[in-house]
Amino acid sequence: MRRLTLLLGLALVAVLALLSLFIGAIPLDPRTLFSDPEAARLILISRLPRTLAAILSGGALAVTGQVMQILARNRFIEPVTAGAGQSAALGILLVTLFLPGAPIWAKMAIASLTTLVGSIGLLALIRPLPPTQPLLVPLVALVYGGIIGAVVTFVAYQGDMTQFIGTWLSGELSGVLRGRYEMLWIAGLAAAATWIIADRITLLGLGASTARSLGVNVARITALGVAAISVVTAMTVVTVGAIPFIGLVIPNLTARLLGDNLRRTLPVSALFGAALVLAADILGRVIRMPFEVPVSATVGVVGAALFLYLLYREPRHAA
Amino acid sequence: MISIRNVSHSIDHTPILHDVSLDIPRGGITALIGPNGAGKSTLLSLVARLAALTTGEISVDTLKIGQCKDRDLAKVLAIMPQSTQVSSRLTIRDLVGFGRYPWHQGHPGPEDREKVEETLTRFGLEPLAHRFLDEISGGQKQRAFAAMAYAQSTPYLLLDEPLNNLDIAASRSLMRLLRDMAEEDGKTILIVLHDINYAAAFADRLVVMKEGRIVADGKPEKVVSAKLLYDVFGTDAPVCMMDERPVVLV
Amino acid sequence: MLRKRFLILGTLLALSVVGYMTLGAVGSWSFLIPFRASKLAALALVSVCLAVSTVLFQTITANRILTPSVMGFDALYVFILTAIVHSFGAAGYAAIPAPLLFVMNLVLMTGMGLVLFSLLIKGGRGDILKMVLTGIVLGILIRALTGFLQRMIDPSEFQTIQSVSFARFTYVDKLNLAMAAIVALPALVMAWRMRHRLDVIALGPVAATGLGEAPRRGQRQALVLICLLTASATALAGPMSSGGAGPSSFFGLIVAALAHMITPSYKHSVLLPSAAMLACITLIGGQTVMERVLHLSTPLAVVIEVLGGITFLILLLKRRMA
Repeated sequence: MRRLTLLLGLALVAVLALLSLFIGAIPLDPRTLFSDPEAARLILISRLPRTLAAILSGGALAVTGQVMQILARNRFIEPVTAGAGQSAALGILLVTLFLPGAPIWAKMAIASLTTLVGSIGLLALIRPLPPTQPLLVPLVALVYGGIIGAVVTFVAYQGDMTQFIGTWLSGELSGVLRGRYEMLWIAGLAAAATWIIADRITLLGLGASTARSLGVNVARITALGVAAISVVTAMTVVTVGAIPFIGLVIPNLTARLLGDNLRRTLPVSALFGAALVLAADILGRVIRMPFEVPVSATVGVVGAALFLYLLYREPRHAA
Repeated sequence: MISIRNVSHSIDHTPILHDVSLDIPRGGITALIGPNGAGKSTLLSLVARLAALTTGEISVDTLKIGQCKDRDLAKVLAIMPQSTQVSSRLTIRDLVGFGRYPWHQGHPGPEDREKVEETLTRFGLEPLAHRFLDEISGGQKQRAFAAMAYAQSTPYLLLDEPLNNLDIAASRSLMRLLRDMAEEDGKTILIVLHDINYAAAFADRLVVMKEGRIVADGKPEKVVSAKLLYDVFGTDAPVCMMDERPVVLV
Repeated sequence: MLRKRFLILGTLLALSVVGYMTLGAVGSWSFLIPFRASKLAALALVSVCLAVSTVLFQTITANRILTPSVMGFDALYVFILTAIVHSFGAAGYAAIPAPLLFVMNLVLMTGMGLVLFSLLIKGGRGDILKMVLTGIVLGILIRALTGFLQRMIDPSEFQTIQSVSFARFTYVDKLNLAMAAIVALPALVMAWRMRHRLDVIALGPVAATGLGEAPRRGQRQALVLICLLTASATALAGPMSSGGAGPSSFFGLIVAALAHMITPSYKHSVLLPSAAMLACITLIGGQTVMERVLHLSTPLAVVIEVLGGITFLILLLKRRMA
């Protein structure tokens, strides 16, 4: 079952990635690729980076969504809409306002730091919530995200930077070019790193005391998980903008198919996440040529609809 | 008279009631009893128009359920809600005052206020009248809801399992109160109970239901027997008589 | 106690109005007074509409957390406008006379509002948290659909919609004000006349039915009023929400929560006017302070969003304690 799903996901991503290389405002013919230097240039500068950006962000967001759901012990939560995404936007906004000359790595580091603070704040807020009311967690998380989002808007107005918020709060891949997306590799690496501690995160899902009695250093694993979430969220929000619900919908899908053993499910989640973002991006390119519908608009509709579906499909318990 | 004619009812395509007919003449307490899922609460909610009647006819005196005005029916038929169903922050006096709503539609006159005060006195709630519902005990709350239904001044009163979550003292005191309302005020009371002993001790008539049908009907001493308990509830329990009332030994 | 608090509210309201009309005046009074008066009328109408619709909504859904705008009712307005532009094109849209457009929007919005609401009630099935979460996600879905639809439109046509999709009080169109008032004032009168019935409906379906007040009929009537009031307010000022994925527009929420806090009562004859006054104070007073005293460039809606979000969280977490 798992091997089959893995192969299926791999094939899906491969096919979508090929499509993504050749579909766009400027039509490309695969046959002329090697004879036409202009076509090769287009691929290298625009199409390939864009495709890679979709794969990296989709995969990483799905993985961190799954990790977050275990840390929060709730299936209806994901970082981008739960304050982490908004905290990343707040961080980059503050850096741009107060340290406009800072090198890019410093900006990224500060955005990751604010995201970390935002994620820790959320976990502190939902930790005392009673497990008997699982729906309270996503509610608090959504509102928490909304508040930080409103603070971002407030700061942006005061700093006269409203035109930037749009790009951070709603993800779009049309601006991705070579040289402008490479930070996403860090997101990919951070997501891949969670695979190393996947077993211990899975044990964490059984409850802190069970995990502790099995020899897991709960504090350290939680910290590593939150760090991975923060890095991935910050890098994606800053390079391509927030893409909502990937981290909610995909982990639910894989958990339903394969269960909650992260060692087995994380790679599958990554593939499905990448496929969803790729598909949404391709759809956004073809649905209204020559204009482009941003990936977050497409994913937002699909994701919110699937969220409702999950809410009603799941029997009353959700944890 | 409450007259129920050929009533059938389904919930989500599952039949609950099968062609039920029943007459409840004025006066006395009639208790609906039966095992879980027998359809007794469904029958009561159809009379109370809490669920829409689809097949059959129900009328209260001259008023036909589903055709008459809600407001007219509210002057004839009161429903005592479970205290857990009310979330507004009300004082006891406010709650009892709501019982007069069908008569004044939000503009209480002097006679309405008089009736509220009289009700508070009769139910011994005067010292609590200014307290909020969430500040008093479960038994006092039920008493307040009974007072509200009483203040509605209707000849008929419906109750669905009012003893849930009440201890023995509060249960007996509430049933005593209903008895008084039936005897002194001549109210006609239809009540769903799951405890046969309470039903046998306080009701004038028992209507026993099983799988959506009425299977026995009559005075408690005629109806309650070891055979009935076996046939309807599927349990072996001896029944003995005390003070001319049957008692199930559990 | 209530009388004293209403007196305080009245004083604050008067102060806000006077402050709004007089502070930071530049130029001749003969120009300024009518100019500011029409803006004031718009602010007041929007405040009262949103306050009343929120109180009605919270009564018929038996909760203090969810509001029509959190559920995306105001986004529905933009959604319908977008759909109209999408199907008729910007030229076709411009050709529709404003009153007809308003009526079309009212009808569509009320229809869709009724559908959404019945989904909400059916979905909630007595579980308040599930209902609130459903409401929020439905709101997100409506906003996402609107965003999606807007991107399907030619960017130049998109401008047409963008100009109506953010709350703004810089300029008030007299025709809009008149149309909104024609719809909103009768709806407000009807809401006021429902006040005793709302008290009874707030007792819950069983008690309300027993007292002769069929809750479903009341719910439907209240819902139509809610749609009319939200539509008028949105037509006049644009939606209060600033978009994004989170729940927006907490204006009604803050106002209703304050009304419950400052004038605690089960009576809608108390809650409705108190919420309406608080709404006017918040919007008119807030606007005065932000624009004329602090000289902030941020729209008031954004500040309300921050404060409202915090109120929402507190309400949510306090509910858990109770």
